[in-house]
Amino acid sequence: MDITFKNVSYIYQANSPFAHKAIDDLSFHIPSGSFVAVIGHTGSGKSTLIQHLNGLVKPTAGEVTIGDFHLTPEQKPKNMKELRSRVGVVFQYPEHQLFEETVEKDIAFGPENFGVSKSEIKHRIQQITPAVGLTEELLERSPFELSGGQMRRVAIAGVLAVRPDVLVLDEPTAGLDPRGQKEMMKMFYQLHQEQGLTTILVTHSMEDAVKYADHVIILNKGTKYMEGKPEAVFTQKKALNKVQLDVPEMVQFLNQFQTKLGKEIPFDRQSIKQVAQSIQQIIKGAESS
Amino acid sequence: MNNSLIIGQYVPGNSIVHRLDPRTKITIIFFFVFIVFFANTLISYGILTIFALTSMITSRVPIRFILKGLTPVWFLIVFTFILHLFVTKEGTLIFHLSIFKFYSGGVIQGLAISVRFFLLILVTSLLTLTTTPIEITDAIEDMLHPLNKIKFPVHELALMMSISLRFIPTLMQETDKISKAQASRGVDFRTGPIKDRAKAVVPLLVPLFVSAFKRAEELAMAMEARGYHGGEGRTKLRELKIGKHDILIYILFAFVIAILFYTRSY
Repeated sequence: MDITFKNVSYIYQANSPFAHKAIDDLSFHIPSGSFVAVIGHTGSGKSTLIQHLNGLVKPTAGEVTIGDFHLTPEQKPKNMKELRSRVGVVFQYPEHQLFEETVEKDIAFGPENFGVSKSEIKHRIQQITPAVGLTEELLERSPFELSGGQMRRVAIAGVLAVRPDVLVLDEPTAGLDPRGQKEMMKMFYQLHQEQGLTTILVTHSMEDAVKYADHVIILNKGTKYMEGKPEAVFTQKKALNKVQLDVPEMVQFLNQFQTKLGKEIPFDRQSIKQVAQSIQQIIKGAESS
Repeated sequence: MNNSLIIGQYVPGNSIVHRLDPRTKITIIFFFVFIVFFANTLISYGILTIFALTSMITSRVPIRFILKGLTPVWFLIVFTFILHLFVTKEGTLIFHLSIFKFYSGGVIQGLAISVRFFLLILVTSLLTLTTTPIEITDAIEDMLHPLNKIKFPVHELALMMSISLRFIPTLMQETDKISKAQASRGVDFRTGPIKDRAKAVVPLLVPLFVSAFKRAEELAMAMEARGYHGGEGRTKLRELKIGKHDILIYILFAFVIAILFYTRSY
């Protein structure tokens, strides 16, 4: 599903002395099937943006279009439930939303609400459990007995079990150990590719954005600050520093490499291995000449 | 999140009324509530009304906030007035409508009761409008201090009050967050039969309780880690202090009481 924001603004507590503009005249387009990273400092309007994608709030001005669904200040789509079944949101710290007696019931909660049949739910749970890194025997346990990381996986499984077309992830790896973070991002990327999802990743991590996203939107104070391909956005150190963001470590390394050795290796989202090869070639070239 | 983030109805300000010692405000309002019922002549009512209105104006609280506080009691005021009109059979007959007879005593009584109600609500809401909940708790702790002698846990009570006040906005935010997360999992809080809507509360309440308990545990741990061990020998960051204004207000209020008792009829 294509997602379009057209001059969207959102004001919290409008018409009161506590009014606060969270999003200000924001426009962008996300084509179906892309992996977009939304990056911004705390309070840049990321979470408000996400709530629009699920019809949890309506814009104060402008228009949000998600596939065939339109959200304007005047009207919400009538079939809100269908919108929510097609756009799955993994909120920040999703483990806080668990409530059922068993893990299985909690994962089944979403699909049940959206009217998926019992046998189909069972089938989906069997598929999803290993995909998110959970084991079968956990299904009968209470979610509150699990570790933080496992609870997170259960909550994510609950969103994935609905089989959405669009997956929205709000800092899905925050608070996990480094290894868990890596595994989880890999899992999301795999799902993105296998099921042809449109994925929107809200993150603080430049490294994740540069690794997985094919489009980057940088927010600052509720407005779009930069937008483009990761290799184009992440090389603009000065502009990023201005909004308290850093370039990815790889870019820092390549910059340092250039200032110390005077040789330029252009940034093209290479892996560590590829960069090592480029350096090897440069050193070999220097030795042979 | 709506307006729920403002605890109570406190309206920030820096007027004399705001700066008064909360103990002064509580004491004066306590006595005001009593003496309102002693007024029985036009002048005695007048003097109380002037006192209440002057406090209201000097507090510089926007009038709409005060009216908002009065909305739930308008009905009560109007209702008692009408009741008095019909029921009181004193004074002279002023109006006759088939079986209903209206007497002058009814009108006067009705008006008097309405004014009393109005003054009570106005003055008490002025307290919460100009005093932060924390200040009120501090004042209550200080004023209940003598109860310590009979082993009443005053400090603990005050601490419980301020902690619960402190966490109201946090819980509100949490509720908002969880209800949105569940809505996005297909829970419908707004439509459908009542039975379904009542059921929809479970996915909201369970996580809310879980996180509240967790938060309480963490808070207790953090307090102990910072060396909290009850009220014994504990000093305060904000010391309550009776200032010049407070003494002036007490004197003024004493005058009001004196005039009231002088002008009321016995």
